[in-house]
Amino acid sequence: MKIPIIYNLRSLRQRPVSTLTTALGMALVVAVFVSMMALSNGFQSALTSTGSDENVFLLRKGAGAELNSGIARDAANVVAGMPFIAKGTDGRPLVSAETFVVIPLQRVGGGGMANVVVRGVSLAAFDVRRGLEILEGRKFRPGSREIVVGRTFARRFPNSEIGGRINFGGQDWTVVGHFAAAGSSFESEIWGEAEQFMPVFRGQVFSAITFRMSDPANFAGIKETLEADPRLYVDAYQEKEFYDNQGTLLNQILNFLAVFIAGIMAIGAVFGAVNTMYAAVASRVHEIGVLLSLGFKPRNVMSSFLFEALLIALLGGAVGCLLVLPVDGLVTSTTNWNSFSELAFSFSITPRLILYGMVFAATMGLIGGYLPARRAAKARVADALRR
Amino acid sequence: MKFARLVLANLGRSKRRTILTALSVTVAFFLFASLRSILTTLDANAEVGSEARLIASSATGITFPLPQAHINRIQAVEGVKSVSWSNWFGGVYIDQRNFFAQFAIDSDSYLAMYPELLIPEDQRRAYLGERTAALVGAGLMERFGWRLGQTVTLQGTIFPGDWEFTIRGVYTPENPSFGDESFYFHYDYLFERTNRQVTPGWFTIQLDAPDQAAAIGSRLDALFENSSAPTKTETERSFQAGFVTMWGNVSLLVRAIGTAVFFAILFVAANTMMMAARERVGEVAVLKTLGFQNGTLFGIVMTEAIIICVVGGVIGIGLAVMSMSSFRAIQSFLPGFSVTPGTVWLGIGIAVVLGAITGIVPALQASRLSVVEALRRV
Repeated sequence: MKIPIIYNLRSLRQRPVSTLTTALGMALVVAVFVSMMALSNGFQSALTSTGSDENVFLLRKGAGAELNSGIARDAANVVAGMPFIAKGTDGRPLVSAETFVVIPLQRVGGGGMANVVVRGVSLAAFDVRRGLEILEGRKFRPGSREIVVGRTFARRFPNSEIGGRINFGGQDWTVVGHFAAAGSSFESEIWGEAEQFMPVFRGQVFSAITFRMSDPANFAGIKETLEADPRLYVDAYQEKEFYDNQGTLLNQILNFLAVFIAGIMAIGAVFGAVNTMYAAVASRVHEIGVLLSLGFKPRNVMSSFLFEALLIALLGGAVGCLLVLPVDGLVTSTTNWNSFSELAFSFSITPRLILYGMVFAATMGLIGGYLPARRAAKARVADALRR
Repeated sequence: MKFARLVLANLGRSKRRTILTALSVTVAFFLFASLRSILTTLDANAEVGSEARLIASSATGITFPLPQAHINRIQAVEGVKSVSWSNWFGGVYIDQRNFFAQFAIDSDSYLAMYPELLIPEDQRRAYLGERTAALVGAGLMERFGWRLGQTVTLQGTIFPGDWEFTIRGVYTPENPSFGDESFYFHYDYLFERTNRQVTPGWFTIQLDAPDQAAAIGSRLDALFENSSAPTKTETERSFQAGFVTMWGNVSLLVRAIGTAVFFAILFVAANTMMMAARERVGEVAVLKTLGFQNGTLFGIVMTEAIIICVVGGVIGIGLAVMSMSSFRAIQSFLPGFSVTPGTVWLGIGIAVVLGAITGIVPALQASRLSVVEALRRV
């Protein structure tokens, strides 16, 4: 027969300070774990949502990153005429040849310099990528020194309000719109017309070409055709895969740190739980004796104490998750070393992470409670009641 | 001191509890020392650049090249001792994951400017005498198991094609924070193989005296302001500090985690001390009856708490010192990664404070205990 749960609840209330300190210790471990996972999660999703699996992304062969790449105008024209490119509502192919440079800009409020991506596009770029929308203002007018900026950029750099002027490449550029791009890294960028940027920055070469496939299932065939074409000299990537890979290294570091730091903290918290549970067992020797003599089996006693440890841990886990909830959505930044530019992203706490946090807490509780619970189960009635 | 045995006896009263508490303090201080070392190493790396050298890069952006013609004009500026030029190569060795920095340098002027690169004399001559030679950091040699005289192939990303280099020299840095995982080769090789298409990525300028850095920097920028390639000149130190900040707000992250660790362990240790105190109510009452003063009892309980925390702290920091310096992988990211004496002392200080905080409640309880009340319960 099982020992009623109410017994555990009352026992915990009997020694509130010790229950709470143990739970709070675990809460902080869970908070650190979840917040670091949220950091890595937010970083990865900013990059992942940048790419679409319907799009193909072309770079000069061997370049590996937009910053290193160069594609001549002739090659860009060849690509635009390919048959497997999807058509937009106006019947024009959904292809965007883009220039890509990185410039230094002063952050808002004396936060030092940051490297920012300036992407030269054509108006087709807004259709090639899904989820792109102008939040405020309008798109740039071809042939003018106008730019639109991502919404994350707009929050982090001065003069980025509509009508503001930003100076780079020795020119003043007028901000005419703010855009959103589903939380992707595009939101940290400045977009203007490629034809305007070319003479200012790199001459008559594009950095990359992105197009939408009319049949995404045929990516392998398209890749083969493009890479074998002697006029092009390009590597073809699925856009989503390309951006996913950009974050791999930093993501691994963050995940490793989350597990490493939280793991070490967990060891400390488990020791605390062991202490608490041993003390609980020691102070309740009489009760255990009574339980056993009432006919509860040793394994009932054991599972009851394990359950009690689990309760403390889950309380801690819940408090820990509540503690970190405020960081959700907090924007921070790091450098995307592939493009050498600042990438702003937000902490992202998902239900899955909360679940991981609770599982983490439960594991700590069970490990910490195991030895003390076994000690309780091994108590002999005669010894327990003698004292 | 005469109560030392009493304190020890108390600690030994529940050995398991004492050890578990000390161990949880140990892991906390292991983390503390490791995390703080990340910060001190980042700071040290930001300081490694010289104040007597300037870096002039393109004002348009760090990735934009500068014209060769700037060199002579810089050389002519008063207070400039010598100029060297370099380029970022960005090649891939077998796989993208094997990242390391590669620089094409104008070797004669560059090596003269950098006495902090220690190279055996015969290797220096061998390197300087061969067009496709490479000068490689000792750490990088170790990382890939390279040998002197070996030929390595890098795939160019910015400069297409396969590039072969023969390792002719190995350097060790004078200061570990400088890093020993860079790969240098001759700018001339890059220049010739790209059909003279390449121009320098940045200039390194050695000054006659460091106190002129700011003045000469702005004079150079003014000189090129209206040219086709304006420059941005700063001291090497601030140039490198700029890269360190690119990782993002590491210090805030580390501090936040450090605070969480501190409080987590504070809860664990405080809980234990209170449990220990609760068990000893009767004992303390007896001691009082025997004539122990309140202050003495306060001190005894406090000492006990501080001992647990300091012992745990010292072991944790010691473990960090031992494990961190032997951890090779981390040196690639954080050259010169080590636990500084400052971290050790700060850690011990925090351990004492931690002990005092955890001990204060039980110590006060012990000193204020009313004998009559306590003995009634016995």
